[in-house]
Amino acid sequence: MNRIEKKWKELKRKGLKAFIAFVTAGDPSLQDTYKLVLEMEKQGADIIELGVPFSDPIADGPVIQASAQRALLKGVNLNKIFQLVKELRKKTDVPLVFLSYYNPIFHYGVKKFVEDAVRYGIDGVIVADLPPEEAKELKIFSSKKWLDTIFLAAPTSSKERLIKVAKESTGFIYCVSVAGVTGVRNSLAQTLKNRVQDIKRITKKPVAVGFGVSNTKTAKWVASFADGVIVGSAIVKVVKDNLNSKDLIGKIGRLVENLALSIHKV
Amino acid sequence: MKKILPDTKGHWGKFGGKFVPETLMVALEELSSAYKEAKKDKKFSEEVDYFLRQYVGRPSPLYYADRFSKKVGVKVYLKREDLLHTGAHKINNTIGQALLAKRMGKKRLIAETGAGQHGVATATVAALLGMPCDVYMGEDDIARQKLNVFKMRLLGTRVVPVKTGSKTLKDAINEALRDWVTNVRTTYYLLGSVVGPYPYPVIVRDFQSVIGKETRRQIRKLEGRLPDYVVACVGGGSNSMGIFYPFLKDKKVKLIGVEAGGLGLALGKHGASLNKGTEGVLHGAKTYILQDKDGQIAPTHSVAPGLDYSGVGPEHAYLKETGRASYYIVKDKDALDAFFMLSRLEGILPALESSHALAWVRNFSSNFKKNDVVVVNLSGRGDKDVDIVEDYL
Repeated sequence: MNRIEKKWKELKRKGLKAFIAFVTAGDPSLQDTYKLVLEMEKQGADIIELGVPFSDPIADGPVIQASAQRALLKGVNLNKIFQLVKELRKKTDVPLVFLSYYNPIFHYGVKKFVEDAVRYGIDGVIVADLPPEEAKELKIFSSKKWLDTIFLAAPTSSKERLIKVAKESTGFIYCVSVAGVTGVRNSLAQTLKNRVQDIKRITKKPVAVGFGVSNTKTAKWVASFADGVIVGSAIVKVVKDNLNSKDLIGKIGRLVENLALSIHKV
Repeated sequence: MKKILPDTKGHWGKFGGKFVPETLMVALEELSSAYKEAKKDKKFSEEVDYFLRQYVGRPSPLYYADRFSKKVGVKVYLKREDLLHTGAHKINNTIGQALLAKRMGKKRLIAETGAGQHGVATATVAALLGMPCDVYMGEDDIARQKLNVFKMRLLGTRVVPVKTGSKTLKDAINEALRDWVTNVRTTYYLLGSVVGPYPYPVIVRDFQSVIGKETRRQIRKLEGRLPDYVVACVGGGSNSMGIFYPFLKDKKVKLIGVEAGGLGLALGKHGASLNKGTEGVLHGAKTYILQDKDGQIAPTHSVAPGLDYSGVGPEHAYLKETGRASYYIVKDKDALDAFFMLSRLEGILPALESSHALAWVRNFSSNFKKNDVVVVNLSGRGDKDVDIVEDYL
């Protein structure tokens, strides 16, 4: 059993929904990411997604694009992120999931990537531009290890595709709330609820909803029908607004605390 | 039995595929089946043919460039795609895809553009079919291709400046893909080259292969045989794929793709993905790409905006791998020389992209045999480049 599976069991026992928080690794610096991860865990994040920056992030809106760009300018790469993970693992057992695009992984070498990810303490990987059809190589290696491969279910996915995504996913299923890129949105379509229920009829695996969840109200609503709520851009936006602030960690902590409360209360 | 390529998932060997966000997967499946049906429908191909003939001006001539030939010492024919409506081969593809979009009931067109040729060709068919159209274009390209930007606006298209990344073609494609992910239900993404996720590399190749089909027929009539060389420039690779494809089975015909050598062969100074790149995934396909040690996409440079791209169509990657086509590099300087040469010798201003193919013929001239016949795809005209060229006069 890896840390993600343990976490879902623990949450289920307590009757809680999961709060999954995203930050880009290395924005504004790897030292800050280290502190942010520990703070977010302390304030109630159940699973933490670390964004692996990529130069051409086609599934991301302006907030996360700019964040990745800031990290790349600092010279962040997979090797350095693995060192960060290694340091984090001395302090925490919070489940850590990579959110990446395929090329940095492919270029690193898929086999080596999986081995190193597991060795340093990564529990799962989400690849934004890798549908199950193209994931054979990643699956071959990850299935031998305890590295979860989390695929995305989209609002446009047909039933056949949902079945495929559910079958190939381990850890949880990432349900994309809207057709579009990542980013802050004021509200989400009511149909999202039906979508999550469609997926839950297909699979017993946990379903977490991401893209556009940006305030406590939406987070609470999503938590009422999904197993987990993923918040990315709203957190990264606060990072961006506090790049030079001494209170960066504190501000993110308070945001995460509020989100965690609204999700866990459901 | 010989394997049919690409396979049903869009792979040529290890290249190609569909590396896109899940949201687009159904749209790609829908596009594949709509295209398959359209291909079988005689009415659709008649419609495409009609517009290519009456509106675009096909067939384009295969012109024997007498003075250029004498200068380089080999018989050179120019496939005059520069004479087409809008001044380049790009319109072959936009006519086909826009008619396909209409058939699919899509209400809006989007496109990316580098040099602006594909943007103008898309804006043109959008006007022709009465569809609203947004074209994404890098800010740097907008600055150096003003004429094309103005043309698109005249045609009623909105040109959306792209300020992210390197502000060139690759970033314009990123932004077009983001738009498509968001508006996938109503919008048709009219991709301009043989790049991107399957089925785009096939669709664009098929619509562009009219170039090669005509060339094959014309050269047989003119020379009584097939050519020894077919030469074309390669950015994303649509004009080259279009002229190569009908010759693939003619093993004696050497297929030569010419990439942008830019200012030199250091990463970031050129656009030679096939010669200097490594395997990777960009814009939905596995192919050769220009990337740094961490798998981040590298910036590129070419005096020809249409060759200024970090990737290349997956079928080209496959043709290189199998050795069916050979790919060479021509630097900015040589392309500019060829631009001046053709202008003075033939009274034709070639696009800087096509000038790379002409420069290869000149550079290679001592290696040709006496009776060799060379066809160069003159993929576009150089009017759009006069501002750039002025700096070198």
